Amino acid sequence: MAVAATTATGARPARAGRRPSVPSWLGTVPFFGYVAVFLLWPTAIVVFDAFKNPVGKFTLAGITALGNAQVRGFFIGSFKLSLISALVGAVLGAILAYAVASGNPQGVIRRLYLSASGVIAQFGGVTLAFAFLVLIGPAGLLFHASWYYSFPWGITVIYAYFQIPLMVLVFLPAIDGLKVQWREASESLGASAWHYWRYVGGPLLLPAFLGALLLLFANALSAFATLQAWEDAVPYTVPQQIYTSMSSEVGLANINYADALALGMVVLVAIVMTGYALLQRRAARWLR
Amino acid sequence: MTSTGNGASRTAVEVRLEGLSRRYGPVVALDHLDLTLQPGELVALLGPSGCGKTTTLRLLAGLEDTDAGSITVGGRDITRLPASKRDMGMVFQAYSLFPHMTVRQNVAFGLRLRRVGAAARDKRAIEMLELVGLSAQADRYPHQISGGQQQRVALARALAIEPQVLLLDEPLSALDAKVRAQLRDQIRRIQLEVGITTLFVTHDQEEALAIADRVGVMREGRLDQLAPPTEVYSRPATSFVAEFVGLSNRLPGEVRSGEVTVRGCTLPLVEHDVPEGQVVALVRPEAVTLASHTSEESGPLVGTVIAVTFLGATSRVTVDLGDTTILAQLSTSDASALPAGSRVALTIRPDPVLVSSSSTVDELVVGEEE
Amino acid sequence: MAAITSVGETPLAAPAKRPTGMQARRRRRLNLFRYVVFSLFGLFFVLPLLAMARWSLEGARLGSWSLTAWRQIASYNASEGIPPLISAVEITLELAVITSAVMLVLVVPTMIWIRLRVRWLARTMEFLCLLPLTIPAIVLVVGLGPIYNKIAHLSLSALMLFWVYVILALPYAYRALAAGLNTLDATTLSEAARSLGASWFSVIVRVIVPNMRQAILNALLLTSALVLGEFTIAFFLLYVNLQVELYSISRNTPNAGVIFSTSFAGLMFAFVLLLILSFAGRRRRGGAPRG
Repeated sequence: MAVAATTATGARPARAGRRPSVPSWLGTVPFFGYVAVFLLWPTAIVVFDAFKNPVGKFTLAGITALGNAQVRGFFIGSFKLSLISALVGAVLGAILAYAVASGNPQGVIRRLYLSASGVIAQFGGVTLAFAFLVLIGPAGLLFHASWYYSFPWGITVIYAYFQIPLMVLVFLPAIDGLKVQWREASESLGASAWHYWRYVGGPLLLPAFLGALLLLFANALSAFATLQAWEDAVPYTVPQQIYTSMSSEVGLANINYADALALGMVVLVAIVMTGYALLQRRAARWLR
Repeated sequence: MTSTGNGASRTAVEVRLEGLSRRYGPVVALDHLDLTLQPGELVALLGPSGCGKTTTLRLLAGLEDTDAGSITVGGRDITRLPASKRDMGMVFQAYSLFPHMTVRQNVAFGLRLRRVGAAARDKRAIEMLELVGLSAQADRYPHQISGGQQQRVALARALAIEPQVLLLDEPLSALDAKVRAQLRDQIRRIQLEVGITTLFVTHDQEEALAIADRVGVMREGRLDQLAPPTEVYSRPATSFVAEFVGLSNRLPGEVRSGEVTVRGCTLPLVEHDVPEGQVVALVRPEAVTLASHTSEESGPLVGTVIAVTFLGATSRVTVDLGDTTILAQLSTSDASALPAGSRVALTIRPDPVLVSSSSTVDELVVGEEE
Repeated sequence: MAAITSVGETPLAAPAKRPTGMQARRRRRLNLFRYVVFSLFGLFFVLPLLAMARWSLEGARLGSWSLTAWRQIASYNASEGIPPLISAVEITLELAVITSAVMLVLVVPTMIWIRLRVRWLARTMEFLCLLPLTIPAIVLVVGLGPIYNKIAHLSLSALMLFWVYVILALPYAYRALAAGLNTLDATTLSEAARSLGASWFSVIVRVIVPNMRQAILNALLLTSALVLGEFTIAFFLLYVNLQVELYSISRNTPNAGVIFSTSFAGLMFAFVLLLILSFAGRRRRGGAPRG
């Protein structure tokens, strides 16, 4: 097929306006249309419905309801769990990432851990909760952890299971980005290992670490399945409360309550993810 | 350039490497290397990749362990000392500046480690930056300055701690050709001004010849020759050196009464006690001159130009002599008169030449045998 | 100064002793650290899996062994007290396939097209593809109600979940695909192909895509892993997929062995696939030239 006879989506050199060329961005319409329908529109519905009451009139009642003590409790619960599991995951994950990074780049261990991390980071939800149930739950094979059903510590142990691999996946490139020349240069200038980490390695890794921490935080905020399978009697967190309010029969009166909660979550996660993006950019500049 | 009194405050030291050996598994990187650097001299280690020059430098720096041998600096044995205690300044090939620190902070880093006060640190850092001509960039970050400037900062950083020895690991290899030449001269100037004993590793023979007091040509973990640049060039100790440094023509000849006859030309020898007989002589292209040859007669020194390679100020002309080809190096204006296809007559300038008596040119007889 | 040649006639005497240098010591300390870390973490990650595996092989009496739980996965009749799991597994597997297919067809050509012709949209696409990470499933599903009500008119099958699963998979798939696309010089390849007379369709399908095989496989696997593990949205929208089914079994008969056998099988499946993928990828790419 000759180059000149392109399909309609090709742009041609202007021919004095005789034939309007079809703009090439049209080719992206299917994708953007799809995303608009199944991502942007539902989000918009959530945002707008949060400001509407059950009969559809504009109201701020949903938003103000977010201020009441009970709702605050849910947000605090979410916050506590997310922060703790993020810290645990970040610190432990960083250690593991360092262990993986300091080995043979082509080695078996590295590939094993990376594949495992890829799968385990997705392995959340019900299956994970079951696994820990049989391990340290009431009929636990290993032992019965009395704190298993405690919030947030019991559930944090379960969260660690997918937070740590996620940390490895996200943080490993940063550790890889530490150039060996920096270590050698600081050594030849007289730095001990402690000096190196304190003045060079640490500061360079800090943005990436904080960014990863934020990502883990957002990840934990959004989790629902694991919580539900772990213990569905009492809602501790916002996602659980959203479910409760949506599934209760009286629910119709509460519909915009769920929307308001969801809106609150979106705002929170959006703030966290922005912070993550900014930190990533700084980290990438130094460690590319 | 401001005189900063760097050299005056410290006396240069002698560096002695004795019997240095290093292997990686089955590969011998260094084989009982002996090398002494005189105080204040710049020795360039030259050789192809894998010859051991970088290994030598890294062993001296303490970044790698020695398997055998000793390293003595200023009379003190430092073989067992870790890199951070060796008091050496090192400039790497690339990427060694800390990206999160400004130029000033980079240069002052070594001083900070030595707990020098902030004011004194800053003063010294600026001094060093002025030495390399970059004081205007003191508050920039590494990614904001060019590659050549980065290397100058790296040099300033290495010198800031007043080390006893300066180590440069192919510092110019990652730079553009133009920048390379300028920086090369600048490094040499600074080294002389500071008067510091320096080891410079490179694979570029032009660099080595241009700046070194002595050049050490290495191959497979050993030094083939360690001598001033002119000697390495005109009196190479082995054929490897002769091949690696500059170009040579290999021409058969015959040694008689202390001279060698090559294609009818009689040339003096570099070494005088070469046994008589058939040899292979190494003739430098710049010793070959060409003239246009109009007559019909042929001879051992008559041939046809096959190719002319333009190198800027000079050109290299390849001449087919019938039974062999020979390279000649002429000024470009002379070479332009002899395009491809012209018939030319050669003369070989009677510079002393090196000869080898074996037909495989790996070993050369240089005076008495080791 | 006389030319110095080193005396290197004798081969280096092989030292039989252990290297005692500082770097060697440092390396040893590091290796010790690594082994300890890998053992501890390995233990932490393996124990729950082992517990699952052990429980899935549990028999009627505690401590006995039995393959009942595994057989129950495929059981078709409900007489053994466990609702048929197999249809949930089937549906989920089909969902994985459909989601992957739709996702690839939607995303890959668009990515390539944007890279080649509509550069200014690249940022937008990246942003949209990463957005689902910011909008949690739990939030999305609240807004999906009305949309899925309409979809229910078309079909009541759980397979309709694929519409939203594609969105969920976007961040992971996009990152994998972008990594693959970035290793190519797509512009040059397409210009070369076009100068030889290829249509845009050919460029995409015959030139760029084959070079993205590794990335596409990656994306497929990540998408499938996601679909296999998805619970929240299916649960809220009252569909039955694998995870929802496991959940309801657990609520009816807690600790039913079949939960664990199924979960364990799914996990191993995903892990083995990813492992194969990572090894296959290396071999194809070959080793980088050593400097």
